[in-house]
Amino acid sequence: MTTIAADAHAHDHHDADHKPAFFARWFMSTNHKDIGTLYLIFAIIAGVIGGFISGLMRIELAEPGIQYLQTWAQIMDGPDATLDQAYHLWNVLITAHGLIMVFFMVMPAIIGGFGNWFVPIMIGAPDMAFPRMNNISFWLLIPAFMLLLGSTFVPGGLGNGAGTGWTVYAPLSTSGSPGPAVDMAILSLHIAGASSILGAINFITTIFNMRAPGMTLHKMPLFVWSVLVTAFLLLLALPVLAAAITMLLTDRNFGTVFYDGLRGGDPELYQHLFWFFGHPEVYIMILPGFGIVSQIVSTFSRKPVFGYLGMAYAMVAIGVVGFIVWAHHMFTTGMSVNVKMYFTAATMVIAVPTGVKIFSWIATMWGGSLSFKTPMVWALGFIFMFTVGGVTGVVLANGGVDDVLHDTYYVVAHFHYVLSLGAVFALFAGFYYWFPKMTGRMYSELLGQLHFWIFFIGVNVLFFPMHFVGLSGMPRRYPDYPEAFAYWNSIASQGYNILIIGVAIWFVNIFWSLFAGKKAEGNPWGEGATTLEWTLSSPPPYHQFETLPVIEDAHH
Amino acid sequence: MTSSTFTDLDRRKRKTMMIGAAFALGSLGLGFASVPLYRVFCQVTGFNGTTQRADASAAVLPVSGRVLSIRFDANVSPGMPWEFYPEHSTDTVTVGARDMAIFVAKNLSDKPISGSAVFNVTPTQAGAYFTKIQCFCFTEQTLQPGQEVRMPVLYYVDPKILDDPDNKDVEEITLSYTFNPVEKVEE
Ligand code: HEM
Ligand SMILES: [Cu+2]
Repeated sequence: MTTIAADAHAHDHHDADHKPAFFARWFMSTNHKDIGTLYLIFAIIAGVIGGFISGLMRIELAEPGIQYLQTWAQIMDGPDATLDQAYHLWNVLITAHGLIMVFFMVMPAIIGGFGNWFVPIMIGAPDMAFPRMNNISFWLLIPAFMLLLGSTFVPGGLGNGAGTGWTVYAPLSTSGSPGPAVDMAILSLHIAGASSILGAINFITTIFNMRAPGMTLHKMPLFVWSVLVTAFLLLLALPVLAAAITMLLTDRNFGTVFYDGLRGGDPELYQHLFWFFGHPEVYIMILPGFGIVSQIVSTFSRKPVFGYLGMAYAMVAIGVVGFIVWAHHMFTTGMSVNVKMYFTAATMVIAVPTGVKIFSWIATMWGGSLSFKTPMVWALGFIFMFTVGGVTGVVLANGGVDDVLHDTYYVVAHFHYVLSLGAVFALFAGFYYWFPKMTGRMYSELLGQLHFWIFFIGVNVLFFPMHFVGLSGMPRRYPDYPEAFAYWNSIASQGYNILIIGVAIWFVNIFWSLFAGKKAEGNPWGEGATTLEWTLSSPPPYHQFETLPVIEDAHH
Repeated sequence: MTSSTFTDLDRRKRKTMMIGAAFALGSLGLGFASVPLYRVFCQVTGFNGTTQRADASAAVLPVSGRVLSIRFDANVSPGMPWEFYPEHSTDTVTVGARDMAIFVAKNLSDKPISGSAVFNVTPTQAGAYFTKIQCFCFTEQTLQPGQEVRMPVLYYVDPKILDDPDNKDVEEITLSYTFNPVEKVEE
């Protein structure tokens, strides 16, 4: 696809690999690779916490009735916690799980982590446009996360913690949740949002201004394209969330009535604002995954991506259309038939560019010389599972059908197929793909494959039955359910146990590989790996491209 | 630092950053601007059961033979010491004909209390045709301790509803009010 003129990084006149001392390097870091590493470590820690919470939920849901929740509530709220407080704790768990996974795991990992590490390298830039702003973006996440975790220990209504759901709907989040917990959670979102907006500006500026000579927009690797589109979505969607939750704060603390239906406001306005952000947000979580999967499929098929331009503009189209479909989350709020029809049709339109992407991945593999290394099997798992989630999405997009399925486990199944089996698979794919590049060590192929298969079976056993209980009407966000749903729920909880074994293998693999892994070459993947990061050593020098690489025109 | 120390690249980066920041601020502004926009939108379209207003001179002719059943619903917000109910909970009106409904409110406390009523109709798509000429909800109501008042609502259902396919199955419209204290009631 592209070739690089000369050995751009090998002969710097001063030491390109000079690193600052520990504290300066990691706490005042302005180096995009170090910041990327920090983001990845942060995301892993947050993911472990969020995953632990979902484990608590699956234990409680394994059988009908309340088994453990009351005991946990006694730990959180004191020895005489009531059943109502136990129910509140449940709400706190689902809220924390959702917010942590969205804002502190997927986004930091896929944008902050891989974006920081590889966007500059892939376009031949020495670093991000604003390295110090990059540092601020990362460090804002720490107080944001502390606020969210801290909110669990202060009053939030019936018990401790914010129990509003990740959507923070009014009036539950306003008059329904007195106490500082919800304020802290909202502030946490403000800070995390500010962090992401700064990051978005940084990516946009980097990509528009710092491409190496010859790296035109239409030659950029698809991962860079995906981050560019994502950055625009962040820039336009997050401020709307900021406005929406600022008004929550003022309604809560300063007597305004934006969302107070009793005093001339309208709680439904909050839903409109939230989902105007929320739908683009789901694409923010998945678009970089599309980019990662495109790189990997091309690398392990030893072919350029089929329909490169179509792939790039499909992402742009998804991004644009993503802003006009938000009310498919609100079909049951009492819209007229015409409004429902519009949002149904607009939502279905998104399936078109999404389909373009899926078919292009398949066409890339078609006739390619495939090798099924760990990153590739994760990428294939992604394509397969994301398609399942896309299909249930199209089912839910029908306003009439959604009247029945809204707020059931069917929706939970849908978004976990696109997120836990979509975004997360893309993350693992990227992790294995770039692990040799980032650390200079090869991972264990055996453990990687084992991780994949166990995790793959685990998540499917966990989430597929949710389609069934959802179709038979089990509502989401309850800690208890009638006997009729017991069978599939117990299966789902078994799936969680399987998945955890997979994750444990992943950790073993990381530590084993860091210490005992084979040294990685600059390009361990062979001729299929054509992007610029594979022209550098593994790990890359601390400062790469002090002489800019020149991207020569090649047929693509 | 003077601008002359900036390289060309720095200048380009700053420009992109400013444009990016402008986008973000614009988006933030739109988020807040949505509050008045949403209100105007609901009033104009009757979205979400927002009812319409007309003055007494509005000339609308009844469409004989086309009747709708109207149901009245009255609530007070939690903690407000008022009693509030419709004198008759249902009524039948001819489409286009003016009708009057009476609501009764009583202050059960020993302090004067002001309240204002929010209103809504369901099914929501009928909101655009439910037209009020006179309503206690247009203004604030103050009740002295123990005072009871009968409050009229003068309304009609716009005959255009008969041409709207979204409303063709509508046989009953519910008009709902909720009274809220205007100042904080201390208990
Ligand atoms: C073909 C594309 C898709 C379509 C047609 C679609 C459609 C829908 C619809 C109609 C709902 C609302 C269901 C309800 O609440 O009743 C929904 C919910 C959801 N979707 Fe999708 N979706 C698609 C792709 C995605 C992707 C790619 C993601 C994320 C990566 C995603 C994440 C979510 C989430 C998180 C929710 C639930 C939000 C909540 O209520 O908490 N969807 N989707
Ligand atoms: Cu959506």
